[in-house]
Amino acid sequence: MNINKPSPSHLWRWFDPRDKSIGTIAFIINRLSAIGLTIYLFLHLAVLSKLVAGSQAYDDFLILAKSPAIKIGEMFVIAGGIIHGLNGIRITINSLGFLLKIQNGLLVGLMIIALAAIVYFAIRMFSGA
Amino acid sequence: MNDTIWTIELKIFRQRADAQRYFQTFQIEINPDEYVLDAIEKVWAFHDRSLTFRHACHHSTCGACGMLVNGIEKLTCITSIRSVTQNNGKLLIEPLRNFPVLSDLVVDTSSMFKALEEIGFNQVASLPSACLPYERKTLEHERSEYQRLVDCIECGMCISACPVSLTDSNYLGPAVLAAAHDASSQPLSNKILEIVDSRDGLWRCHNAFECSAVCPSNVEPGLRIMKMRQTVIAHRIKKLFSRG
Ligand code: SF4
Ligand code: FES
Repeated sequence: MNINKPSPSHLWRWFDPRDKSIGTIAFIINRLSAIGLTIYLFLHLAVLSKLVAGSQAYDDFLILAKSPAIKIGEMFVIAGGIIHGLNGIRITINSLGFLLKIQNGLLVGLMIIALAAIVYFAIRMFSGA
Repeated sequence: MNDTIWTIELKIFRQRADAQRYFQTFQIEINPDEYVLDAIEKVWAFHDRSLTFRHACHHSTCGACGMLVNGIEKLTCITSIRSVTQNNGKLLIEPLRNFPVLSDLVVDTSSMFKALEEIGFNQVASLPSACLPYERKTLEHERSEYQRLVDCIECGMCISACPVSLTDSNYLGPAVLAAAHDASSQPLSNKILEIVDSRDGLWRCHNAFECSAVCPSNVEPGLRIMKMRQTVIAHRIKKLFSRG
């Protein structure tokens, strides 16, 4: 079979970072964070649906939500949202034809901001502030 | 070039038509200042005359010798052995991605050439459209009566590296969209607009900029796609207001 033709079945190779430039790393990060956020959206809807099951079921869930494992999960959601959002800003700026010569630097700068924001939220969440 | 000789191992992709693909290994001796294409020619000349590969100019002008060298798109006639391996090292040589393999390292790039023709690709363009915006350094660069050869050598390496071209055979691809940008000196022709402002055109690009990273000729297809988006958006806005 001629494996070289473009095909949707090659989709998994979108996530292969080997031998790729920084632009593709951003491309992969954007897809992974989008998938993560989509999964979170469905989990969130599932949790909200617990309201239908009555106040006791929801209270039980709130106790569970305070557990460290769930908090770490929430931290991932916050990190995903920040990274996806800031990467999206870079894509929008570039798509409008601006800052193209420094698009790699723009990505690095925005990811440093993302890291700082994630650390800030992590400290706040885990110190109970 | 000095007299140093290296021994290197070439692992080369082999495939005939739709037959089973496999890799074949060859050991050769070569001066590290020679090029990857020289190494492949040595394999053909001294080890296996059935090996097929494309080459012509040997000086980065015809665009025929693009291949994957250790997984990365390279114009093999200007890629020195020294820059991609070491003495007793290995080289993995594969055909470009996203084009059907005709035989061994030869891929069928006719889809790209057809699309280039349709877009009106011309090897010569006016100075403002042949130069990238940041290359226009003097007033002469803005004068459209001056012309020069465009940078694209139609090697197809940008299409090989593009993640969207990997999964979508209808996508025009970076080389074609860059050519459209070349050809789109004001006013934007309706024909080009119709081709690029479409589902399979400008808006399919996902900003990985891998095309610009591998282009051996500084065409910057990624930058040109974004600049053309800017032009198309401006055109749409203008149209919106001129209607009312
Ligand atoms: S844009 Fe660059 S990589 Fe693409 S075909 Fe032209 S020269 Fe080759
Ligand atoms: S042989 Fe012509 S570009 Fe390499």
